[in-house]
Amino acid sequence: MGGYWLTGLVFIPLLGAFFVLLQSEERALWRAAFIFSLLPLAISLYLLFAFRSGDAGYQFVERYPWIPGFGISYHLGMDGISLFLVVLTTLLVSLCLLYSGGGDIAQRPREFCFFMFVLETGLLGALLALDLFLFYVFWELMLIPMYFLIGIWGHGRKIYAAFKFVLFTMFGSILMLVAILYLVHIGHQALGRVTFDLADLLGVTVGKTPARWLFAAFALAFAVKVPMWPVHTWLPDAHTEAPTAGSVILAGVMLKMGAYGFLRFAIPLFPVAAIEATPFFMALAVVGIIYGALVAMVQPDLKRLVAYSSVSHLGFVMLGIFALNPQGVEGAVYQMLNHGLSTGGLFLLVGMIYLRRHTREIAEFGGLWSRLPVFAAIFMVVMLSSIGLPGLNGFVGEFLIMFGTFLHTWQAAAVAVLGIVFGALYMLWTYERVMFGPITKKINETLSDLGAREIAVMVPLIVLMVVMGLYPRPLISRMAPSVDALLARVRTAEQRANTPSGAKLVASLEPSRSHGPR
Amino acid sequence: MTYDFPPLALILFFPALGFLFNLFFGRRYGRSTVNVVGPAAIFGAFAVGLWAFVRLLLMPAGGALGVVLWPWIEAGAFHTDFGLRLDALSGVMTLVVTGVGAFIHLYSVGYMEHDEDYARYFAYMNLFALSMLLLVLADNLLLMFVGWEGVGLCSYLLISFWYTNPQYAYNGRKAFIVNRVGDAGFILGMLTLLLALGSHGVMTLNFTQLRAHSALLSTAVATTAALLLFLGATGKSAQLPLYVWLPDAMVGPTPVSALIHAATMVTAGVYMVARLSFLYRLAPQAMDVVALVGCVTAFFAATIAIVQTDIKRVLAYSTVSQIGYMFLGAGVGAFASGIFHVMTHAFFKGLLFLCAGAVIHALSGEQDMRRMGGLWRRLPVTYATMLIATLAISAVPGFSGFFSKDLILEAVFTSGHWWLWILAVVTAGLTDFYMFRLIFMTFHGECRVEPEKLHHTHEAPAVMTVPLIVLAVCSTFGGLVGLPKGLLWGDAFGRFLAPVVGTFKPALEASALTLGGCAGLAGLAGIALAWLFYLARPELPENIAASLGALYRLLAGKYYVDEFYNLVISRPLFWISTFVLGRAVDTMTIDGFVNGTALSAEESAQALRRVETGNVQFYVLVYLLGAVAVAAYYVYLVIR
Repeated sequence: MGGYWLTGLVFIPLLGAFFVLLQSEERALWRAAFIFSLLPLAISLYLLFAFRSGDAGYQFVERYPWIPGFGISYHLGMDGISLFLVVLTTLLVSLCLLYSGGGDIAQRPREFCFFMFVLETGLLGALLALDLFLFYVFWELMLIPMYFLIGIWGHGRKIYAAFKFVLFTMFGSILMLVAILYLVHIGHQALGRVTFDLADLLGVTVGKTPARWLFAAFALAFAVKVPMWPVHTWLPDAHTEAPTAGSVILAGVMLKMGAYGFLRFAIPLFPVAAIEATPFFMALAVVGIIYGALVAMVQPDLKRLVAYSSVSHLGFVMLGIFALNPQGVEGAVYQMLNHGLSTGGLFLLVGMIYLRRHTREIAEFGGLWSRLPVFAAIFMVVMLSSIGLPGLNGFVGEFLIMFGTFLHTWQAAAVAVLGIVFGALYMLWTYERVMFGPITKKINETLSDLGAREIAVMVPLIVLMVVMGLYPRPLISRMAPSVDALLARVRTAEQRANTPSGAKLVASLEPSRSHGPR
Repeated sequence: MTYDFPPLALILFFPALGFLFNLFFGRRYGRSTVNVVGPAAIFGAFAVGLWAFVRLLLMPAGGALGVVLWPWIEAGAFHTDFGLRLDALSGVMTLVVTGVGAFIHLYSVGYMEHDEDYARYFAYMNLFALSMLLLVLADNLLLMFVGWEGVGLCSYLLISFWYTNPQYAYNGRKAFIVNRVGDAGFILGMLTLLLALGSHGVMTLNFTQLRAHSALLSTAVATTAALLLFLGATGKSAQLPLYVWLPDAMVGPTPVSALIHAATMVTAGVYMVARLSFLYRLAPQAMDVVALVGCVTAFFAATIAIVQTDIKRVLAYSTVSQIGYMFLGAGVGAFASGIFHVMTHAFFKGLLFLCAGAVIHALSGEQDMRRMGGLWRRLPVTYATMLIATLAISAVPGFSGFFSKDLILEAVFTSGHWWLWILAVVTAGLTDFYMFRLIFMTFHGECRVEPEKLHHTHEAPAVMTVPLIVLAVCSTFGGLVGLPKGLLWGDAFGRFLAPVVGTFKPALEASALTLGGCAGLAGLAGIALAWLFYLARPELPENIAASLGALYRLLAGKYYVDEFYNLVISRPLFWISTFVLGRAVDTMTIDGFVNGTALSAEESAQALRRVETGNVQFYVLVYLLGAVAVAAYYVYLVIR
C-alpha cells in the first residue's frame, strides 16, 4: 500500500555497506559513508512526516510470501512505537559516521563503515519486521557486526568483551528461537496452517501454562538485551571496550531492542502472563534503577560510569512498560528516545576526550572547563538531559514513567524516585571532578577544544533535547494510538482471563479486535 | 475571570533572549554590550510586569491574566499546558523578582567589572530570572516544577561560578543534590494528587482546576500530598532538615547571594505553599508541621547566626531564619502575611547582601568581620543603607520588616499557637542581636582591617550605590501596603491577595499592641545586648565563649549537622556502592557465575583457535548446529 519505503529504508544501508567497500581513499571513504548514511535518515524523516498520527495500526506495510511452505513472509510495517526508534537509529548512525571520520577509527576504516551499515540494516529490520522469523533473522544479524565492531576496533579486553556480549545475547536468543518455534507449533494446531506472521499469531489463544513458559523465554531474551538487573553484567564490559561509535549504537539503539521486544512481541503475544509477571519485573526494574545508579557513582572510568547509568535509565524504561497504562508506556517509549540522545551524546563526548588524552580515568582530568569551554558546556547540557532536568527531554519521559508507575504501584515509584536523586549525584560529581577545580595534570593544559566536526555531531542532539523537552506533543500524539491499541489488547485479554464466561462481553466491547483464523 | 493576555509571554521572552545573547555572543560583542543586555533584559521584563500588574489592578478582585503558549505534556487522560497566569499572588512575586532582580543585575555591572567571565555570569543570571519567572507565572504545578528545578540549576551554576576552586564546586553540587532530595518529595506530591484526583476522573495539575476539585481530596490524601510538597519546599527554601546547602552557597558572587540565595529563589517554597493554600487548608496536620518546621528553623538558624564571623554567613543563617518566619505565618493560616514577609525580606535582605558585597568589594575580598570595624566613615552610603536594612529586618517600627513580621507574630498568637509565638518572639530578639552585632563589628568600633587592604578602600561606584539607595527606599516604605488593622488603609496587601490565598481567621482575640510590645521589647533587649557586647565591653563575648565552651563550640560548629549527614548518609552510601554492590555483587557473584560459563566457553574457543583463527567460528558453528537441530524438530512436527 505504501510503496517500497520500508524495504528501501532497511536495505539501502546494506547497499551502502558494499558501496563503501569500493572506496579506496580514506577521506573520500568517510565522506561517502556519511553522505550515504543521510539517505536512510532522509527516508526516515520523510516517513515521520508521512506518518498518519491518528492511526494505531501499521503503516507503509509490505507483505510478500518468502518461504511459503513454512508460512514465512517478508512482512514489514511501522507503527507509532517503532517510528521514532527508526528515526533515532538512522540519526545516530549518521552522527557516528560523521564523528568516526574525525580520527576515532585509525585502522581499517573501510571495514568499519561496512559493519556500521550492516548493523544499521539489522537494527532497522528488527524494528520493522512483523514476521517472527524475519524478526529473528534481523535480531541475529545485528549481533554479528557489533561483535566485530567491538572485537576489532575496541580497546583493552576487547575480545573478552565481545565474547561476553555475544554469549549473553545468544543465551537469550536461542531460548527465544525455541519459543518462536513452539508458538508457531501452537499456531499450527489452532489455525490449521503454519505461520510466522505476527498478526496471525496474535490471534492464537495460547493456554495458560504454555503462555507462561513462552513469555518467560521471550522475556529473558529481551531482558538480557535491555539489560535488566541481574543479567546486565555484559553491558559495562561491552560498552567500555567498544569503540565510540559502537557504544553509541549499542546504548542508543541496541538496548532499546530489548524494551521494544517486550512491547512488540512478549507483552501482546502473552498479555496475561505479562500481567502476572508484572510485580517481578517491576521489582527488577527498581533494583536496576537504584543499583545502576549506585554502582555508576563509584566507577573510576568515565565510560564504565555511563554504561552503568544505562542500567539505571533502562530500569526506568522497563518500569514504565510494566505499568501497562498510557502514561507509563508512552513515558517508556519517550525515555528510550531520550536515553538514545543523552547516553549516545555522553559516549560521544567521552570518545572525544579519549581521543585527546587516551585515557578515560576520571582522576586523570580536572579543570577541563578552562581549557575546553565548548566541550564543557555541551557536556553540561547532555548531562542535564540525562538526569532529567525539567525543560529538557529526559524529564518528560521520567515524569510520565513515574506517573504511570505511581498509578499502578505507588510503592515502586516511591523507591524509584531515589534513582532520580542518585542520578544527579553521580553525574554532577563526575562533572565536578572532570570539569571543575584547577588543572592538576600538566598534559591537560595542552588540550584543544572541540572542532567544527565534533560540534556538528553534537548540535543535532542538543537541539532535539531542548525541543523534545519543551514540545513533546508531535511525538506523543504519534505514539499514543499504537500504545493505546497495545493496552486495549492487554486489558481485553485480562478481562477474558478473569471472567471465563465473559468472552462474549469482551468481544462486544472490542468488535474490531478479534483475530480469527482466516 | 481569566483575561487572555499574550504579552505575559514577554516577561519570559526578554530574559530568555538575554540568556541566549550573552551565552552565544556575549564574548564577541564585549563587556560594554553585555553590561547593557544583561540588566536590560530584566528591566524589560519588569516593565511588562508592571503593565500586566496595572491591568490586573483595573480588573475586579479575584481576576487574573493568562495565556496558554502551547499544549505541553499529555498522556492518557492527563493533559497539561505550557501556560502562564498572573493573578494577585504571581503578580506581586513577578514584580518582586523583576524589580529587585533588575537592580541587582545593575549592581552586578559594577561588582563584576574585574571579572573576565562577565558574559557567562550574565547568561546565568538571565537564565535564573527566566526560570524564576516561569516558576512564578506557571499555571500548573508541573510547569512550576520546570522553573523550580531551573532555579536550582542556576543556583548550582552560580555557586560554582568560580569553578577552579574545588570547594566552591563541591558547594554547588551539594546545593543541587540537597535540592534534588526535596524535589523527589515534590514529584511524589504531584503524583499523589494525580492518583487521588485521577480516581475521580480528574487528571490535572492546573492550579485553577486543582482548586476547583479540591473537595475531592480526602484529608489523608491532602495531608500526604501537602507534606511531600513541603519536603520540596524545605529543600528549595532551606528549612530543617534540608537547609544545609544555603550557608555553603555563599561562595558564589555576592549579587548572586543577594538575588538567588536571599531575595527570590529561596522564597519559592513559601510561594508554592501559598499557591496551594487551598490544599494546605484541607490538611490541618500538614499546616501544623509547616508552622512547626518554620518556627524551629527560625530559632535554630538564629542561634547559629549569633556566633558566625563571616559577614555573608551571618546573613545566610539570617535568611534561613527569616524564611522560617514566612513558613510559620503560612503554617498558621496567614498565607498573605507570609508572602508579605517574602516581599519585604526581598527588599531588606537583598539590600543587606548588596551592602555586604560593597564592603567585601571595598576591602578586596575580606569577609571576616573580626578584620573589619570602623568603616562607616569610609563607606557612608553603604553604611547608611545597610543600617536601614538592619532596622527593617530588626522589625523596628516604621520600617518594612516591622509590618510583615508583626502580622505574622500576631497571627501565630491569635491562631492559638502560643508556644510557637514565644519561640518566635525569642527569635526576634536573637535576630536583632546578631544583626546589630554585624553592624557594630563591621562599621563601628576600632578599625581592624589589614593595613594593605585599607589602603585602597573606597565607596562603590554609582552603578552599585544606586541599587542600594533604591532598595533602601523600598526597605523603608515597602511595608506601608500592609498596616495593622484599623490604621489608615489597614492590611491592603492581605486584602489584595485574599482571593488567591484566602484570609486568616483568628481563633482568639488579643491586643495587637500588647503582642507587638512584647516583640518590641525582645528586639530592644537584643540590640542593647549587642551594644554591650560589641561596642561597650568588647572583651565580654570572649569571656562568655570561654565560660560556655561546649555550647559555644556547638553553635560555632553549626550543631555539626553537616558532619552528621556525612557520617550517616554520604559515607555509607559510598561504601555500600563500592564494596557491596560494585565488588561483591557485580564482580564476584553475578560475573563470577557468568564468567564460569564464559571462561569455559572461551577456553574451548582457545583450543579451537589453534586450528582455526578465532572464536567466531566456534560461536557460529554451535549456534547453527543448535538452531538447525531445533528447527528440524519442529519441521518434523509440522510435516508429520
